Amino acid sequence: MVVRALRDEGVKYIYGYPGGALLHVYDALFQQEDVQHILVRHEQAATHMADAYARATGKAGVALVTSGPGATNAITGIATAFTDSIPMVVITGQVMSHLIGEDAFQETDMLGISRPVVKHNFSIQRPEDIPATIKKAFYIAQSGRPGPVVVDIPKDMTTPTDRFPYEYPKSVKLRSYNPISRGHSGQIRKAVDMLLQARRPVIYTGGGIVIGGASDELTELARLLNFPVTNTLMGLGGYPGTDRQFLGMLGMHGSYEANMAMHHADLILAVGARFDDRVTNACDKFCPTARIIHVDIDPASISKTIRADVPIVGPSKVVLEEMVGLVKESVKKPDAQATDSWWKQIDEWRGRHGGHYRTDDSELMKPQQVIEMLSKVTNGDAYVCSDVGQHQMFAAQYYKFNKPNRWINSGGLGTMGFGFPAAMGVKLNFPDADVACVTGEGSIQMNIQELSTCKQYDLPVKILCLNNQSLGMVRQWQDMNYESRHSQSYMKSLPDFVKLVEAYGHVGIKVDKYSDLEAAMREAFALKDRLVFMDIAVDPFEHVYPMQVPRGSMRDMWLSKTERT
Amino acid sequence: MRHIISVLMENEPGALSRVVGLFSQRNYNIESLNVAPTEDATLSRLTVTTIGNDRVVEQITKQLNKLIDVVKVVDLTEGDHIERELMMIKLKANGQMRAEIKRTCDIFRGQIIDVTPNTYTVQLIGASDKLDAFIASLGNTAGIMEVVRSGVSGIARGEKVLSI
Repeated sequence: MVVRALRDEGVKYIYGYPGGALLHVYDALFQQEDVQHILVRHEQAATHMADAYARATGKAGVALVTSGPGATNAITGIATAFTDSIPMVVITGQVMSHLIGEDAFQETDMLGISRPVVKHNFSIQRPEDIPATIKKAFYIAQSGRPGPVVVDIPKDMTTPTDRFPYEYPKSVKLRSYNPISRGHSGQIRKAVDMLLQARRPVIYTGGGIVIGGASDELTELARLLNFPVTNTLMGLGGYPGTDRQFLGMLGMHGSYEANMAMHHADLILAVGARFDDRVTNACDKFCPTARIIHVDIDPASISKTIRADVPIVGPSKVVLEEMVGLVKESVKKPDAQATDSWWKQIDEWRGRHGGHYRTDDSELMKPQQVIEMLSKVTNGDAYVCSDVGQHQMFAAQYYKFNKPNRWINSGGLGTMGFGFPAAMGVKLNFPDADVACVTGEGSIQMNIQELSTCKQYDLPVKILCLNNQSLGMVRQWQDMNYESRHSQSYMKSLPDFVKLVEAYGHVGIKVDKYSDLEAAMREAFALKDRLVFMDIAVDPFEHVYPMQVPRGSMRDMWLSKTERT
Repeated sequence: MRHIISVLMENEPGALSRVVGLFSQRNYNIESLNVAPTEDATLSRLTVTTIGNDRVVEQITKQLNKLIDVVKVVDLTEGDHIERELMMIKLKANGQMRAEIKRTCDIFRGQIIDVTPNTYTVQLIGASDKLDAFIASLGNTAGIMEVVRSGVSGIARGEKVLSI
């Protein structure tokens, strides 16, 4: 019934790892061909693959893991999806129902362990409830503010000899859960009035635009108004990265112009973003002259850290559509003179820093150069799946995403080991697309066993390992705050990655010089049907800038090792 | 400020743990908590008293509303309401103290619901501060052996109801 329900939900791939509690389900999988199972090498990777599928398509990915250690290994992946509001259904095996609570072999309280990191979870009490529960799981995961849903299934609920009537419901309704479908019209009208009167406006958007499929509406609104747009780490791609109105990312490692514009704005339109601490810096110094319109599907995200003057609860796409309509109808137009002088100011900020980095102070390749090359070689059109650390910030800053759903990274939880399985999940579902994993020698070793999965299923992702022989972001903080005491942030005895990937049957390329980079990268992407691991030696002393000064305002930033605002 | 938040939720296994988990996970404070099924056995009514500023309480009600099992949430302290708590208290009652406890009990309109030669068990119903006052009035000399309090239950005054 589990497999049949997944088939009827239209699921093509599931990612998982078998075990005792799931043997009945795996036997059912064996006897059909509609739902294909991808066998990973560690359950964490299964959840990241499912998660990345969801990030690239907007539809819930599905992971299948056994009880006990299988379930606990999946927790990091579930939490990763939860923090970034990614729809996912995780089916976990459980020991037989009569053994629950008796410390049985491979028993763990998955409902209890997963509770703080899921949107909801279910335990199957009667086999006949399986189809309806799976339907509910997909409905909850994909509607409203999306998130992961766990369905815990005791082994005796899947006994193949027990027969039950099967019906997969077309739709479900829950009396206690009614996700909102549109915003309050009066509030939207009020917001548009404010937008049309603004003199120094900024549109600040997050992952809600990407997962809410609202990037066309955002682009239209911004262009109608000629307002600047900045994206959060999760929101990149929500607005075209090469557009003149785009200021880049904001926040801790945001661009100089984005952070300066935010600080001096008189009106901020926030859509699908949650004023995260990595964006706002010190809340009491945040944007002192701005009034704030906050559009979000989750009322709990509004006025959580920064109080909104005009709160609007609703799906980003529908609310923005309504705003576009109102702006078009309105006889009032934005004050062109005010907007012009605001753009003049912004362009001046852009000219002052504008993402410069130094290339002249050492022979070593800069990590920024690698990302810029990737952007060039793939025409800004690749799926870029990132791990966590300095390389993630460089990718966010220097890869120009013109389309949504192409930038796939663990923004909220910051899960090292995410990037590689994420790239696998995307490649499997988009076999013709260029899929790059931007990683470091630290992150990649957290899920490197998946090289084996890639061999089994022919997943020719391109891995760009920015090898600085240290945990770069940790090291940067130690340089800046701990007088360069590099406690446990360097890696002795790194493997020879080229030999390692070759042992798994893939292609490895080592790049030491910038002059070799372009040719090597073009070669890697030309090898369409092979996984290529590029081990790229980069400057181990490089820091990510700009970097906001702790407990400061948006405009307080380090711009280089020696220069601050 | 102290708030009494009433929650109507699905009477499902695990529903209570979601509410309690939410409070600990987000560092909200629980002063008291009680829960029982309503006249409709598929629904439970949960009452939690908490202390926090307006911003925190706004977050608490929003976060509670987000839980899938929660049907409705109301902050009773926003309007006129009645709150009640039940207390059973077992006291040493010897000699002169027997009459003294009986008198205090009458003043507070409590009932003695169990008696042994050496103890009284008193039942008292009222707002929490009344129960506190009763304990205080017994003074230090009273031999309090055991106190059981139900936690606060509340209901809105007038015609307002919390139902589906």
